[in-house]
Formats: sequence, structure tokens, C-alpha cells
Amino acid sequence: MTTLTKKISELFTKDIEIVEVKAKPYSNPYLTGIGLGLVLLLSFVIMGRGLGASGAMSSLIAYGVQTVAPEHAQSNDFYKEYIGDGTTNPLKDWLVFEVLGVLVGGFISGTLAGRIKIRVEKGPNIEKSKRLFFAFAGGALMGFGAKLARGCTSGQALTGGALLNFGSWIFMIMVFAGGYAFAYFMRRQWL
Amino acid sequence: MNAPFYKFGYFNSDISLVIAFLIGVGFGFALERGGFGSARILAAQFYLSNMRVLKVMFTAIITAMLGVYYLGVIGFLDVKLIYMTETYVLPQAVGGLILGIGFIIGGYCPGTSVVSFATGAIDGFMFIIGALFGIFVFGEIYPLISNFYTSTNLGVVRLPEVLHISYGLTVFLVVIMAIGAFALAEWSEKKFAFRNPENER
Repeated sequence: MTTLTKKISELFTKDIEIVEVKAKPYSNPYLTGIGLGLVLLLSFVIMGRGLGASGAMSSLIAYGVQTVAPEHAQSNDFYKEYIGDGTTNPLKDWLVFEVLGVLVGGFISGTLAGRIKIRVEKGPNIEKSKRLFFAFAGGALMGFGAKLARGCTSGQALTGGALLNFGSWIFMIMVFAGGYAFAYFMRRQWL
Repeated sequence: MNAPFYKFGYFNSDISLVIAFLIGVGFGFALERGGFGSARILAAQFYLSNMRVLKVMFTAIITAMLGVYYLGVIGFLDVKLIYMTETYVLPQAVGGLILGIGFIIGGYCPGTSVVSFATGAIDGFMFIIGALFGIFVFGEIYPLISNFYTSTNLGVVRLPEVLHISYGLTVFLVVIMAIGAFALAEWSEKKFAFRNPENER
């Protein structure tokens, strides 16, 4: 009997070994950077514009506000920029489709490398619930800052950086300054 | 001059949405390959132990920058037709600072949070909800801050014009600066290797 259970449990552990896909290490950062740069260059050549991310989120918010309170949205210049004259759906937007692509591209890459995993990204010294609160709070600051700066790391730092846009370089330097200045206070979350 | 293709009317706006999706797939794929679906790796940039953010970003910037420059020189790409946001010095500086603080607190930026969510990070999902909330707050108080938002406007202005040097020399200096930054990054990754989350794998 004991040998039988031993055999069964051995069978299971073997199965687990087969099923468990080991996550591959991330790619060389310089090669990844060249790949990313070529995607950006392709966007410049084909579309005459760069990449973005926060703009798509703005379209989503503008669409939501327009649906719930159309008059309120129309009276606000910020929402109006995304809604337009009201004849086209704000979600039928270049950046919205691009970000849907980001979602799919990230999933494909993660699947190929065995890196799809339900998880919470955090350091070992913080509880999950706190980490999730910080993710929300940081996201809120990020959303606000990105709108004030007219773009985020994609639209300003990456795209504007490559185009030598003066405002984008100011922005980029300040992003790093903000991150490094505040890193000390956040060390419990990450280290 | 043949490019940008869209500006020369080679295809309509519906096709442009298909292209948007495909370019997005390439963007998301590259971000995930680079490790940008992981908040721990992104945040480690600010503890000097994992410099992927700097390496990937600056390699991408110089790749695209050199491409735009040389395609312009050979007369294939009309650089002036590429859309650029106008510079607003103060709002962009303050916005960048807030965004940087949000980066170290939240662990992502908008693009990378989408990739992390796509690979199953719950904190990435929370970050997206937070970013949407932040944009909503911005929209609601926009009438109060629109004066600041539109202040210190310099119009569309590039680094060569600010520095009073040629486009080519600016490109060259950025490449030199990036190579210097890469050397520093390699050095600091060695020095702080003991707390690099990538080494735990």
C-alpha cells in the first residue's frame, strides 16, 4: 500500500514537473531597445506619429463622461478634445487601437516565454493589499501627471525623445528626478 | 519624399486603425521582452540595481532618432510632417515630476501597466484603474488649472534650436551621452547586483 501511494505521488510530481513551464529570462535590453526603436521608427514612417498609451486612457474616460453626463462633457475643453464634435465615437481612435495591440503583443510575448502568471508584483517586505493600494495611488498620480505633461513615458519620453522635442526632454529629466527623489520613501515596497 | 505614408494619403483612416493595432502588438511585444511587465524590474531602475528601463529606452530613442535623421537626409522621410507636441515648459516639468513620483509608487507607467496586466499582474490592473481615476480628476478640475496648463508655451521646438547647434550634431551628442549612460548603468548594475530582482530568478 505504501509503495502504491508512493508510486502515485511520484506520478503526480512527475506530472507537475512536465506541466510547470519555467519562465524564460528576459531578452537582452540593448537588442530589445533596437526592436522597440524600429517599431517606433516604423510608426513615424507609416503614420507620421509616434507611440502612446495615456491618450487611449483619456479617450476611455472622455467616452465614459460623455455617456453618463453628455452636457457636462461638452462644457469641458479637456473632454471635448477627445470627444470632438460628437459625430464619431471617441473610442474609434488611433491610440485606443494601438493600446489594444499592446495588450495582445504583451500577451503573445508573455505566452511564448512562459511568463503569464496571476501575481502581484512587489518586494518581499510588503503585504499584497498595501501593494495594490500603492499601485492605485501611483497610477492616479501618473494619470494626472501624464495629462499635465501632454503625454506619458511613451508619448513624450520615447516618441518626443527620438524627435528631439525640447519639452519631451524636460519631461524625461523630471520623470527620472521624481523617481529617484522619491525612491527612498518607497524602499519598503520594492527592496 | 515618400514618407510618412499616411500624410501622403496612401491609405485612409480606417486602415490606419488596423496599422495602429499592429504597431501596438510590436510595441507590447517589445515591452514584455524587455521585462517591462514586471513592476519589480521597473522600480529597480530607481535603486540602481536593474537598469533595463534606461538601457531599453535610450537604445530605442537612439535607434529611432538615427533612423529619422538618416531617412530625412536621403530624402525619403519628411521629418517636418511627423507630429510633435508643442513645448509647455512648466506644465511639462511639473507633470514629469508627478509622473516620476507616481512611477516609483505605482511601479508602472501607462504603457507598461497594460503589458503587466496582459501577463496577469493584478497590481498592473489596479494601476490602470488608478491612472483612469487620475485622468478623470484632471478632467474634472481642468477648468481650474487650464491657465497653468497652457502657460510657458514655446510652440513646436526641437533641441537643436534651443542649443543653437545643427540637427546632425545634436544627434551625435545624444548618441555619445547614451553610450556614457550605458557604461554607468553597467557599472551600477554590478555594484548593486545583490538587490537586483532579476538575479532571484
